[in-house]
Amino acid sequence: MTIPALSVRSARKSFGGLIAVNDVSFDVRQGELLGLIGPNGSGKTTMLNLISGALKPTAGEILLGGETISGLAAHRISRKGIARTFQLVRVLPSLDAAQNVMAGAVFGHQTLWGDEARQLAHRLLDRVGLGGREHMPVSSMTYIDQKRVELARALAANPRVLLLDEWLAGLNPSELKIGITLIDELRHEGRTIIMVEHVMDAIRTLCDRCVVMSSGVRIAEGGVAETLSDPEVVRAYLGDDDDA
Amino acid sequence: MSTLPFGLTQKELRLGIAGAIIAGLAALLPLFDQAYYLSLSVNIMLYAALCTAWSLFSGPTHYISLATAAFFGLGTYAVALWIDYLPFPLLVGLGAVVSAILAGLVGAATLRLSGVYFVIFTLGLAELVRQLMTWGQAKFTGKVGLYVFTDIREMHIYWMLLALTVAVFITGWAVNRSRLGFAMQIIGNDETVARHVGIDTARAKIILFMISGAFIGIAGAICAPRYGYIQPPSAFNPMISFLVVIMALLGGTKRLWGPLVGVIPFTILMDFVTSRFPNHTSIVIGLAFLAIVYFIPNGVTGVLEQARAKLIGWRSARQAEVRP
Repeated sequence: MTIPALSVRSARKSFGGLIAVNDVSFDVRQGELLGLIGPNGSGKTTMLNLISGALKPTAGEILLGGETISGLAAHRISRKGIARTFQLVRVLPSLDAAQNVMAGAVFGHQTLWGDEARQLAHRLLDRVGLGGREHMPVSSMTYIDQKRVELARALAANPRVLLLDEWLAGLNPSELKIGITLIDELRHEGRTIIMVEHVMDAIRTLCDRCVVMSSGVRIAEGGVAETLSDPEVVRAYLGDDDDA
Repeated sequence: MSTLPFGLTQKELRLGIAGAIIAGLAALLPLFDQAYYLSLSVNIMLYAALCTAWSLFSGPTHYISLATAAFFGLGTYAVALWIDYLPFPLLVGLGAVVSAILAGLVGAATLRLSGVYFVIFTLGLAELVRQLMTWGQAKFTGKVGLYVFTDIREMHIYWMLLALTVAVFITGWAVNRSRLGFAMQIIGNDETVARHVGIDTARAKIILFMISGAFIGIAGAICAPRYGYIQPPSAFNPMISFLVVIMALLGGTKRLWGPLVGVIPFTILMDFVTSRFPNHTSIVIGLAFLAIVYFIPNGVTGVLEQARAKLIGWRSARQAEVRP
């Protein structure tokens, strides 16, 4: 059996009495796009924060290609090869678009510098549809363009696993189409991606498999169609018949 | 050149040449005057070095350090304690090393904290070092102060401080174009992002704080022969820390040359005030601080840049009107 790209083993995170992530386990295979879904407050973003090192798990283990990364500081995890975007887009406002993307290429999983880093930044901006806007200040960009910059920054690290935290949220229908196409291309390039998402269309189109969380617990895992029709998943999203 | 992040541009070259000419002209000053103007210029040069060194760290991180007096005093004491036994240049180096070590320790202990905690800690630290020095001196040497007798004269101090200022500028420029400088820019924008792109934020900040502290220590060491008689209250004078913050903020910390814009007028103003109204210096400093924070929070350079941006915007608007 090949080693999964990322394994989460009984990861738990409690904030005082609240258990945000309760002994969740799943594997992500090499080159797979895994959807991490669930109702609001189910612990998806906390799960991503545990993987990226923004938070340390209270218990359990997370392995990247068989190597334990849980408990490491965020910058170390980034250097091991995990890159992410943020639920609320986080660009670097005083830098231009190219510098924003370069930030991802210099200190992390890749340590490029100078022309190499700049050329990569330009290629990636082109890749996400921002060619020719390298020197634009990101603070004057639209929301989707800022999200594109953020994605390019994450890609600049050439990560082994890419975490997208609601990258498609807040986009209008035409932007959504562009966004979905972009992620689909990344998948076909063979990137391993974990995507937290609410946009069901995107999940159906893009994901190979999905993990469903509810109240911090993993309630389902498997192929997208069967998971989404799982009665427990339907109940988590829509509530019991009796309640209705 | 291609391995560097931003190959030396025409603009950088021009600025470098201009800087060299200014420094060269400044170096000629002691040939013309050896009294009042030289003394005033030593003060200007001292604060130019201190404020620029302070801004190396506080500019990008926005951490206000009040530990300047601690580093400065350590440098002064490195010279005062051993001037009779070791050569002066060695002691200047010692001042740099001791200050850098202290900065490293402080950084490791406090840079994980943010904002106001850091300010208070650094203020307390300067006071603590001063008290320790006073206690240590009384206990081990049985003296209150130390004499520093050298044949170093005012103009030598001036030249050394000028050289130090140039060194701080070159260091600042080199840091800005290095990975460390890029890391600091990212940290200044968003520390969470910085960590997630692989920057060891604590380490980067500590390194920069050490560089800044070392330069301040050197400045203190250079000034030791100027004072002649050294006591903890003068070497670790908290006023140094406050003046550095005020002047740097007045000039603006976003550009390397920003603090300089604050240092020159403010040192002249301070000189005027201390000679005319010696009992009211604190009031003037307090008022100046309030005025700066209220009216020009980004400093003079910030105001200039805003004006420039406005002018460009106005021009392009006019051009658009002309060509509909």
